[in-house]
Amino acid sequence: MTDTHGHQHEGEHDHPQLGFWRKYVFSTDHKVIGIQYLITAMAMAVIGGTLSLLMRLQLGWPHGSFPFLAKLMPKAFDNLGHMDPGFYLSLVTMHGTIMVFFLFTAVLTGGFGNFLIPLQIGARDMAFPFLNALSYWVFLCSCVVIFSALLVEGGAPLGGWTAYAPLSALPLIDPHQGTGMTLWITAIALFTASGLMGGLNYITTILTMRTKGLSMMRLPLTQWSLLITAVLGLLAFPVLLAAAILLVFDRVGGTSFFIPGGIIMGGKLIEHTGGHPLLWQHLFWFFGHPEVYIVILPAMGIASDILSTFCRKPIFSYKMMVYAMAAISGLSFIVWGHHMFVSGMSPFLGSVFTITTLLIAVPSAVKTFNWLGTVWGARIQFTSAGLFSIGFISLFVSGGLSGIFLGTSAADIQLQDTYFVVAHFHLVMAIAPLFAAYAGLYYWFPKMFGRFMNETAGKIHFWASFVGVYCVFFPMHILGIGGQMRRIYDPLNYNFLQPQQILNEFISMSAFFLAAAQILFLVNFFVSIWSGKRVTENNPWKATTLEWETPCPTGHGNFGPELPVVHRWAFDYSPPDAKEDFLPQTAPAVPAARQH
Amino acid sequence: MADGKGPGRITTSGLAFGALMAILIVVSLWLFMAKPWWFPTLASVHGAEIDAVFTAVLIVTGIAFVVTQAVLGYFVARYGASGNEKADYWHDNPKGEFFLLTGTALILVVLVFMGQRVWLKYYFSDLPKNAVTVQVTAQQFSWFMHYPGADGKFGRTDLTLVGTSSPANQVGLDDNDPASKDDVVIERDMHVPVNRPVVVRLRSKDVIHSFNLPYQRVKQDAVPGLSIEVPFTPNVAGTYEIACAELCGNNHYKMRGTITVEASEADFEAWLKTKLSERTGD
Repeated sequence: MTDTHGHQHEGEHDHPQLGFWRKYVFSTDHKVIGIQYLITAMAMAVIGGTLSLLMRLQLGWPHGSFPFLAKLMPKAFDNLGHMDPGFYLSLVTMHGTIMVFFLFTAVLTGGFGNFLIPLQIGARDMAFPFLNALSYWVFLCSCVVIFSALLVEGGAPLGGWTAYAPLSALPLIDPHQGTGMTLWITAIALFTASGLMGGLNYITTILTMRTKGLSMMRLPLTQWSLLITAVLGLLAFPVLLAAAILLVFDRVGGTSFFIPGGIIMGGKLIEHTGGHPLLWQHLFWFFGHPEVYIVILPAMGIASDILSTFCRKPIFSYKMMVYAMAAISGLSFIVWGHHMFVSGMSPFLGSVFTITTLLIAVPSAVKTFNWLGTVWGARIQFTSAGLFSIGFISLFVSGGLSGIFLGTSAADIQLQDTYFVVAHFHLVMAIAPLFAAYAGLYYWFPKMFGRFMNETAGKIHFWASFVGVYCVFFPMHILGIGGQMRRIYDPLNYNFLQPQQILNEFISMSAFFLAAAQILFLVNFFVSIWSGKRVTENNPWKATTLEWETPCPTGHGNFGPELPVVHRWAFDYSPPDAKEDFLPQTAPAVPAARQH
Repeated sequence: MADGKGPGRITTSGLAFGALMAILIVVSLWLFMAKPWWFPTLASVHGAEIDAVFTAVLIVTGIAFVVTQAVLGYFVARYGASGNEKADYWHDNPKGEFFLLTGTALILVVLVFMGQRVWLKYYFSDLPKNAVTVQVTAQQFSWFMHYPGADGKFGRTDLTLVGTSSPANQVGLDDNDPASKDDVVIERDMHVPVNRPVVVRLRSKDVIHSFNLPYQRVKQDAVPGLSIEVPFTPNVAGTYEIACAELCGNNHYKMRGTITVEASEADFEAWLKTKLSERTGD
């Protein structure tokens, strides 16, 4: 067997012993890079999560005084301990940006993608290991740059993660929109460059380096999802990069791509003329909507595979799962206008985007039916990973259905820019993927570190998180129906919002409870790396896919002298004619009746 | 050795999950049917149709939500691992899938038509002839309401004339234009008569804002460089709030205004006259 960079019959013993720095820091091993992505993204999640707690503090008790925080961050609070409104909006911006890009995109494609692609397709590494390492280091740079935006004079940008122009295009309009905004654009540009390097690598590796017998329709759904995600990334990221560059020109080069004539700033008419603010929105959402699927598709793939493993039952309708993901990714490029129904875009386009948007609900529904079909007649093992994959289904359904309200342009008039939207996208593209990521971490932890995470702590983490996320995000639908606008510093400033303030308080208290459960996870994760229960076998979960053919933790080069040969699909759980309740993909002798 | 026909086992974890799904369903039904908190009381003609579309989508998605979560909860409670008993081995049902897929698609097509009927009627009807037209100019962090006065003609506005001396000056009203003489510009406070169509001509002087009348089901972004006409007919007299729904800068939350729907034409005319005399008295 040969793979593209010449590992002819090569096993892990043939790789030279590397020193500490080459092995754990400047490594080109896909597993190390994957873990680097995971841990960096976890650090970013701690930052992004902390910012959201500060937001919840303000929203729960808008007139509250926080002298302790005022001492810590004197510029963000006045001397009475009240939070500064500009600071609040910079929290909004940074929380959104960090979570969308630096947590979810990074953890799911960067972390799990790098760790799993070669292992699950029976390859020794990625197609371009150096490019892979470069992608991580550029990502790390982007993390440092975005973090530094929190520290600079003037503060972090306040225009939201969507950075709508002209607020984002006019550096002098607010101190936050100066250096902070410039750093934001730089970080996003670096991030997209890193994502492009990763994407090229994923596509090449999955298409060309699958081991013998592993046809495309035998791939685990995680691999399909990562492949489709990489294609989405390659098509969507350059658009964001281009938009970011145009935005820089507008800010420093005197151009007017996004700035129309007739803007008064500081009481004076400014010189820009001829641009169009909606151009930014079109470019941003042409990227932004596929980005939603860049997050949710790998989550779907990971949750599907883990669900099947712990249901001890094949995934229901594998082919439809693949086709549905392909359909979702194709459609994701023609639905962006549903973010812009009341933006001033032609109402005719509103009709078009309503139709395409509701179309995308069809493959999403197919996937939900198939997950339910997988659980039907299963024999569920309630491990932490299994529980999180089941929780994923419930959350995806809750978050997905509210999308139908927002996709229906007429109903969206009232709901646009309210907490109904916040509830929708948090559940469907943040919390559901978070649950899939947790499932993945509990599941592949033994393969990464040779130890288990503590299961009792894991289960407490699941139950607390599952209750917590519903308490935090479900009432937000009601806030939105009541009219509470997004990104509002003090809802009490409006009379019509005052009767529902008790919901804001409830959400804030739930958020602190939810955060406590995540601390339990972090402690469990890091303690288990060094002192978790040792794994004594290759395949502790009795799973079918190829990564479980390798030792825990997997050594350099992944497989022994011979690469594995695949004889069947990835979902042979509980086959009636087998002795055990699963057949690994490498098990030979396919009975004619069950060929895939 | 089991054959997949065994009963499975009801486990504590499974039951707990099922119970949580039951609680989720009950609480959701309470929130969405008892409506302890709900939309601001409806106060416009077209708003009834928007609310009806919302209700239709709520019924469809509500049923889907309850059924899906209930089925998931039931399966998880019912099919726990039981010793070394095997799960069922089936993973395909083309007929069932075809039925569910076309069923979903059909329901969505119906929703598209219901929603589009309202959308098209709202956006593609001719603007009413007897409407009260108000030019609303948004800026960080305020609203300026410009009325044409008795002559029904808006005075010329010119952005190079913009200053900060008076509301009229803030929208750049050209005093040399005869049509300007009886124009009225008021900050943050809008008045309209009840049961008469209103057209808001929406502009922005700096960044994007969003003109939101929560009670009247009106929301439209104010985009610099564009002038967008927003029609609505208020049908309940009273004073309501105007909100900014698009993040526009650090005092976004303070960009609040009021809209008073006068109980009669006469009240509206009287109010306009008072405002005009206040202006000319300056």
